[in-house]
Amino acid sequence: MSDLLKVPTMEEFMAQGKQPEILFWVGSAGSFDDRAKKISRAFVKILNKANVDFAVLGTEESNTGDIAKRAGNEFLFQMQAVTNIEVLDAYGIKKIVTCDPHSFNCLKNEYPGLGGVYDVIHHTQYINELIASGRLKVEGDLYKGKKITFHDPCYLGRANNEYEAPRDVLKQTNAQLVEMKRHKRTALCCGAGGAQMFKEPEKGDKDVNVLRTEDALETRPDIIATGCPYCNTMMTDGVKAKEKEAEVEVLDVAELIANTLNL
Amino acid sequence: MQYLPNIIFALALILGFGYFAKNVKKIIRNIKLGQDVDVSDNKSERFKNMARIALGQSKMVRRPVSGVLHIVVYVGFIIINIELLEIIIDGLFGTHRIFSFLGSAYGFLIGTFEVLAFLVFISVTIFWVRRNIIKLKRFWKSEMKGWPKNDGNFILYFEMVLMSLFLIMNATDVHFQAMNSGNVISQYIAPLFSGLSETTLDSIERGAWWLHILGILVFLNYLYFSKHLHILLAFPNTYYGKLKPKGQLNNLEAVTKEVKLMMDPNADPFAAPEEGAEDEVPAKFGASDVQDLNWVQLLSAYTCTECGRCTSACPANLTGKKLSPRKIMMDTRDRLEEVGKNIDANNGEFKDDGKQLLGDYITHEELWACTTCNACVEECPVSIDPLSIILEMRRYLVMEQSAAPTELNTMMTNIENNGAPWAYNQMDRLNWKDE
Ligand code: SF4
Ligand code: SF4
Repeated sequence: MSDLLKVPTMEEFMAQGKQPEILFWVGSAGSFDDRAKKISRAFVKILNKANVDFAVLGTEESNTGDIAKRAGNEFLFQMQAVTNIEVLDAYGIKKIVTCDPHSFNCLKNEYPGLGGVYDVIHHTQYINELIASGRLKVEGDLYKGKKITFHDPCYLGRANNEYEAPRDVLKQTNAQLVEMKRHKRTALCCGAGGAQMFKEPEKGDKDVNVLRTEDALETRPDIIATGCPYCNTMMTDGVKAKEKEAEVEVLDVAELIANTLNL
Repeated sequence: MQYLPNIIFALALILGFGYFAKNVKKIIRNIKLGQDVDVSDNKSERFKNMARIALGQSKMVRRPVSGVLHIVVYVGFIIINIELLEIIIDGLFGTHRIFSFLGSAYGFLIGTFEVLAFLVFISVTIFWVRRNIIKLKRFWKSEMKGWPKNDGNFILYFEMVLMSLFLIMNATDVHFQAMNSGNVISQYIAPLFSGLSETTLDSIERGAWWLHILGILVFLNYLYFSKHLHILLAFPNTYYGKLKPKGQLNNLEAVTKEVKLMMDPNADPFAAPEEGAEDEVPAKFGASDVQDLNWVQLLSAYTCTECGRCTSACPANLTGKKLSPRKIMMDTRDRLEEVGKNIDANNGEFKDDGKQLLGDYITHEELWACTTCNACVEECPVSIDPLSIILEMRRYLVMEQSAAPTELNTMMTNIENNGAPWAYNQMDRLNWKDE
């Protein structure tokens, strides 16, 4: 199946003297984390299906520095940012799409201050655009009759006020969308943000991801939909902690669309 | 002798407003201890925010019960204070209800005040019940002991008493009751005093009148010591509040300069000193004490209403961790007050007291529990950004003290060496496509 996956690099585009429509910023999780890699692949399948002329940086991509920044290491962040901006600018990149809200926020809001100005789009927004412009037709009843609840990623939602795009995309699956009590701007964090993903949580009564999973399970969903690789890990762990993995699946919006399209 | 009350009144006014002005100056001085930050942009958007959030209370009503009650108290309290004008004129010139010549218009005005006073009384009572009998969780967190807890109640008692005095004053005012116009509420209180002689009624009325105005002056001066300061500071604070997307954290300029220098192969490392850029010598990175924060953050510390809406939305706090964004703001204010007092005691100069905000007030554990989720920022009804303070202190811990938790150090070393938070080779970054 992987031989169907077309993932051209910027280097290849350059060699042919072409510019892609968009750059797919894969992000560190999307490149290395086993679960998140599946999301990257699902998104690429959608791009292939919609005939989007895209490229990735491949080995030239480096971590955005976002996690370092939120941990307080401004030096490391800016070193990463300046390096990435050099690469992006050398290729004349204008438009960037990413599946990671943290990369999205960082590239969109923090790189401009260091000279890197791009049109940055989250993959749920991009899929929504593809559907709206008629380039992607989502048909299929795989999820018809299923209940999906969407967990808003902090860095897409509160941080950047995007609540509708992922929901609009999810509607295309013909599933029933149910909202958690805390949703949109009141959504609870999955617990991974601000570099928490990379350390043990401080002492408390329970872990944030478990509480958030309880929010989600209250809606009695078949699927918990996410739009962030870290949220995905956190919710998956939460579902396991609640021993509900037989009943509830955690899937990224891109995966839900790719599955609906039988890609 | 007959001018004695007028003189006492004038003195009370001067004292009351004078002491208030003195404390306002102190607050301004303390706020100015903060670092400079440019907030002179987007004036119209800032005005709109102030109008919407502070004046229009748009974020208060997100919690409908407390929101609506708060609006009643807010509107009521402001409008009733129009009456202050009459009180001041009467007090200074020994007149009685100088505006009553307005006739039915006067009756309408006072009638409105009476209804509002009554509604304020009811609302404040409900607030008190929520705090002390229903015991809403956010008012019973660990930082809400001692002064903060009492402060919340004192304000409510103050308002109950002030509103009662206003109504009693009207109820015992024989002439006013005789007018039978505007005594919409007080006419029902008046019977409580029936049977008393006119002189007794007059003394009660005078007593209520004096206590009412003195109470207002005391309350005004109480603000300085209280979270109630927000009734004034909510306005500038919402004006200067963050306009950028919540996810956008500022890029430290001092760092940018150094990074650019390090990355630029043409930069002459010996050129810098010759440019005479004396003030470019890097300041402290991040913040360990209040003076390292910017003045908007310090203004916010004085503005915080201690409502705890931030804390009740904070994922760390909700899961029993030590972090409470409200406490971050309260600690900042407490420390700033301490620094202010230190300056007062040392002829205008700060003497090192061996203490600082970080460590003595806010622990590392609190700081590292934050997920930077922005829930606190979203919730705050007066545009406070507790996250920005948490981040500045993390910056200090990491860049000045290398005091990050070990796992984070590993993560950062990985980014430095491999361009990813895990120990994978950058050359494997595209392997996912073939798996
Ligand atoms: S940003 Fe930090 S302090 Fe604010 S609500 Fe989220 S975890 Fe709590
Ligand atoms: S920071 Fe804002 S939300 Fe939190 S207690 Fe203070 S006023 Fe309330």
